[in-house]
Amino acid sequence: MTALALRGLRKSFGGLPATDDVTLEIARGERRLIIGPNGAGKTTLFNLISGDLEPDAGSVLLFGEEVAHLRPDQRAQRGLARTYQIITLFPKSTLVENIVLALMGLSPLRWHCWHGLAGRRDLYDQARNVLERVGLAQLAARRVADVSYGEKRRVEIAMALAQQPRLLLLDEPLAGLSAEERRTVQDLLEAIPRDISIVMIEHDMDTALAFAEKITVLHYGKVIVEGDRAHVVAHPRTREVYLGA
Amino acid sequence: MRYASSIAALVALAALPFALGNEYYVNLASQVLIAAIFAMSLNLLVGYGGMTSLGHAAYLGVGAYATAWLTLRLGLGPLGAGAAALAITTLMAGFYGVLALRASGLGFLMITLALGQILWGLAYRWVGVTGGDNGLSGLARPAPLGIDITGARPFYFFALAVFAVAFALVALFVRSPFGASLQGARDQPRRMRALGYNVWMIRWITFVLAGFWGAVAGVLYVYYNNFISPHALSLTQSAEVLLMVIAGGAATLTGPVVGAALVVVMKNVVSAYVERWTLLLGVVFVLIVMFLPDGLVPGVQRLYSRWRTRP
Repeated sequence: MTALALRGLRKSFGGLPATDDVTLEIARGERRLIIGPNGAGKTTLFNLISGDLEPDAGSVLLFGEEVAHLRPDQRAQRGLARTYQIITLFPKSTLVENIVLALMGLSPLRWHCWHGLAGRRDLYDQARNVLERVGLAQLAARRVADVSYGEKRRVEIAMALAQQPRLLLLDEPLAGLSAEERRTVQDLLEAIPRDISIVMIEHDMDTALAFAEKITVLHYGKVIVEGDRAHVVAHPRTREVYLGA
Repeated sequence: MRYASSIAALVALAALPFALGNEYYVNLASQVLIAAIFAMSLNLLVGYGGMTSLGHAAYLGVGAYATAWLTLRLGLGPLGAGAAALAITTLMAGFYGVLALRASGLGFLMITLALGQILWGLAYRWVGVTGGDNGLSGLARPAPLGIDITGARPFYFFALAVFAVAFALVALFVRSPFGASLQGARDQPRRMRALGYNVWMIRWITFVLAGFWGAVAGVLYVYYNNFISPHALSLTQSAEVLLMVIAGGAATLTGPVVGAALVVVMKNVVSAYVERWTLLLGVVFVLIVMFLPDGLVPGVQRLYSRWRTRP
C-alpha cells in the first residue's frame, strides 16, 4: 500500500505550468527526496499535496484515499503533517505553547471554550516530551522569538512530529543552517521512526542525498528523473538541469 | 491573585453608585457598562480574531429593535422578548457571518460595513415595523426576579450583574483551548490549517458569539433608554465601538472596558462644557495612536513596567 500517490497532477499560474503532469508513488515508510533547481515547482507540489493549493487536474491519494479536493485541515486530520520553508511559528508564544497548538490540532479539545487551557497539565507535559525528543526541553518556556534560527527549525519539525503523522512533508528543513546545526537536524530526521513516511524537498543536493533511498528530480514542474541515489546522480539529465554541467 | 483583583474590581464597581451619589453619574456608569459589553463583543472579532468589522452596530441594533418590537407589537413579556431577541440576533449573526467570512482583511471590513448599512436603511424606511425616523418608544424596564429596576441605581446593579457575567465568560473564552485556536488562526492561518484546524469554522463561531454578546448589549441598551431609533444601527455607532476597542487596547480583556469608559464619559461629560467635544475626542484618539499605538491598557502597562525597571 502506498502512502502517497500523485496521478497526472497539474497546476498552472497564469498559463505557466508550475506542476506539469506529475505522477509519483511513495511507499509506506519510504524516505523520498525531491530535488530540482530554483523554480522547479517543488514547493508548489508540496502545496498541492497539503491542500494549500487546489490542482487544476489530477489526483492526490493519501493512503489510498482521494484528497485532492479536501481542505488542508481535513488532510491533516487524515495523518498528513508538513513543515514550511519560511518559518511560520508563533513568535510571541513559548516553545511549549507552540507544541500544545500542534497537539490540540488533532484533538476535539480545540473546540472547547468552557474551560481554561493553562489547566491542562497533561497537554503541557506531552508537549514537553516532544521538545525533549528534539533536544529543546531546556528551552520550553522561552519565546520562539528569543531562540536561534536552528532551534526554530527544530521547533518546526517538533510541531509536525507532535501530531504523530503517517506522512510527513519536510520543506527544506536544512536551509540556512550552519554545518553544526545541520548535523543536529539530520540526526533528528534520521531518528524518526519508520512508520512515518517522509517526503523531503531540498535545494542543495549534497546535504540530503544520504537521507533518502529514492530521489525524484523536478524541472519546470515535470518529473525528469526518478530512481535510487546512484541512478539519479549518474543520469545525464540530472547533470544537465541540476548540476549545470 | 487573578481572582482577587477581579473581586476587588467588582466590589469597587458595586460601590460606585454610592460614591457617585448623583443620579446623572449613576446613569452614566450604566451607559459605560452597556458600551463595555458591546466593545468586549467586538473585541472578540477585532482583537482576538483579527477580523476588523465596521458593522458591529448591527447586533446591538437588531437586539434592541427586536426586544422593543416583540414587546410593543406582539405583547411578549420582558423575559420572552429578551430571550427571543437574543436568539433572532444570534441567528442573524450566523447568516451574516457566512456572507462576511467569504473575505478577510479589507474585504471583510467592507462586507460588514455594507451589511450594517442595509439594516440601518431598513430601520429608516420600513416604517411599519421600525417606526422609521421616530423609532420605537413606550417600552418599560422589566422587573427581573420581581426586582424593580426603574430607578438609576437598581438599573446600574442589573447592568453590572450582566456585565460581570459577560466579562467572566469572555475571559474564560479567550483563555480556553478554543481561544488559543482563534488567536492562532489570527496570527498564522495557513499554519493552523496545516495543523488540522478548520480556520473558517473557528472564525464563524467567534463571529456568532460576538453577535450574541452584541445583542446582550442591545437588550440592555433598549431597556436603559426605553427607546430605540435608527441611530443605534448607524455607521457612527459601529465606528464608535471600534474606536473603544482600539483606544482601550484590542486583544486585552480590560482594554475595551477602559475604551468604553473613555468614549462614554467624553461624550457626555465633556460635551456639557465643550461644544466641539468631538474635536476633543479626535485629538485624544490621535494622541493614543501616536503615543500608545496598541491602546491605553497595554500602553500604560508598558510604561509602568518601564518605570519600575528604570535604572
